Amino acid sequence: MRMALTAAAVVLVLVLLCVDWRGGGSSALNVIGSTSVQPFAEMLAQEFNDQTTDFVVDVQGGGSTAGLQAAANGVADIGMCSRSLKEGEEFTAIPIARDGLAIVVHPSNPLLALTRPQIRKIFAGELTNWNQVGGDNRPIRLITREEGSGTREAFTKLVMGNSRISRKALTQESNGSVKELVRYDPAAIAYMSLGLVGAELKALHVDGFAPTAAEVTANRYPLVRPFLFVTQGPPTPKAQRFIDFVLSPHAQRLLEKEGLVPIK
Amino acid sequence: MTIHQPIEIHAPAPADHPPRRLINPEALISAILALMALSALSGLFIITAFIFKEGVPIIAKVGIRRFIFSSDWYPLEGAFGIFPMIVGSLAVTAGAMVIGVIFGLGCAILLTQFCPPRLVSIIKPSIELLAGIPSVVYGFIGVAILVPFIRDHLGGPGLSVLASSIVLGVMTLPTITSISVDALQSVPKSYIEGAIALGATQWQTTHMVTLKAARSGIVAAVILGMGRAVGETMAVIMVAGNTIDIPHSILDPVRTLTSNIALEMSYAAGDHRKALFATGVTLFVIIMSLNTIALAVSRRRTGKVYAK
Repeated sequence: MRMALTAAAVVLVLVLLCVDWRGGGSSALNVIGSTSVQPFAEMLAQEFNDQTTDFVVDVQGGGSTAGLQAAANGVADIGMCSRSLKEGEEFTAIPIARDGLAIVVHPSNPLLALTRPQIRKIFAGELTNWNQVGGDNRPIRLITREEGSGTREAFTKLVMGNSRISRKALTQESNGSVKELVRYDPAAIAYMSLGLVGAELKALHVDGFAPTAAEVTANRYPLVRPFLFVTQGPPTPKAQRFIDFVLSPHAQRLLEKEGLVPIK
Repeated sequence: MTIHQPIEIHAPAPADHPPRRLINPEALISAILALMALSALSGLFIITAFIFKEGVPIIAKVGIRRFIFSSDWYPLEGAFGIFPMIVGSLAVTAGAMVIGVIFGLGCAILLTQFCPPRLVSIIKPSIELLAGIPSVVYGFIGVAILVPFIRDHLGGPGLSVLASSIVLGVMTLPTITSISVDALQSVPKSYIEGAIALGATQWQTTHMVTLKAARSGIVAAVILGMGRAVGETMAVIMVAGNTIDIPHSILDPVRTLTSNIALEMSYAAGDHRKALFATGVTLFVIIMSLNTIALAVSRRRTGKVYAK
């Protein structure tokens, strides 16, 4: 008898596990990808979910390449990508905003500006002390993102050219952890999404242009990359509704307020 | 009038011949249990088969020597050399073992030889509780307290072999302590009484008799702890710095095999992804060898104890 009860309990638990408890779970729109786009997409999804009742938008990170993969195999309705698509990546790509790539240092660093060749030499490990670029006498500590990150690929394309990022660079797996490191390390230099810099870090001028949304809009600040929503084939009607929302003037204004550059 | 023959009388008595049930419950239960046991086994088998299937072709393509001994890890350019990660894993594990063995063994000796039982009943569960703390919490404490401390007082970026070793050392304490305690407790009383009777002090007894008799158990404890240290991922990613350079001092950052996989997995595609599985194969081989050694050593121990 007790055996039967136990068995029944086990079966019950298994059945309960199979039930989706989110209610409208089956009608969620999955948006997966770049951790650079993620915080903005989450903010927009929140806004969208407040207005919409028939389905919810569910945003997850993972990285640009993961986002593309998820879109390709149908796990995600929309993939988020923080770099231009490469050749051979066949997707419908919808730019939702542009983002500057900020070169960030500790606020106590007296340096204000760098040129792209200087940044390249620093990240290639050829310049190793801040005094070589007009700063304090202090070794430079490089912080980079992991291989395959959209931010890293955008940085490589915009700055590094054919040089490689030094092996000695500390590798962190998200914008958040890069920020945490730079925040407490006076010797650090890193690159990250301009929209995520915040007040704790100092973003340097690049090639003489200030890292501000205004300079990005004016096409003067040189380190700019697109934020893309990608779908495999044309977007589904639900995906299209979210995309339309994101491209709406209201949502674009929200993005601008968060430090991104609107697409229109 | 016909007399009805009471049929029941002729019916076979239930006690002699129990009614045959469709399924014998004993057999059913043992079948279910066998199925469960097999599912664990098949899990192991599937995982092994899968990582070897995904990983071995790329090792063959790159060449095993280049894969293991090259320091060039540029996955997007097709250069897959995991030597720095192997060195990183070994360095971090060695450091963790220094800390884990000194403190874990010290603790085990204290608990079994020098400690009143009431104190044991407090200390031992507390140490075992360490095993229940999620590794991300260790990593967080490491980043928030240990890393800034090392950066400010010892130099370097803080994220380092040293920080990872300390974090991993603490994480292996429960494994090393509890298995060492078992080993020390299983030393026959007569050995200890004999030593005391010969005039040895308690410490002399401990290090000349008890520790020697429990040696293989302690070695097994250390190797199992080592397995845990090699395999730990989350805490290490957070405190190791993850450079792909070979460390030259304990203050240099490193990348371990596990963090290499976890860092790049979500982004990797094609050969890059396969190379990460190949990293997993390397890790698998290392951990399996450690576990096999641990098993062999601890078997030898039981043999010795019963052989007298």
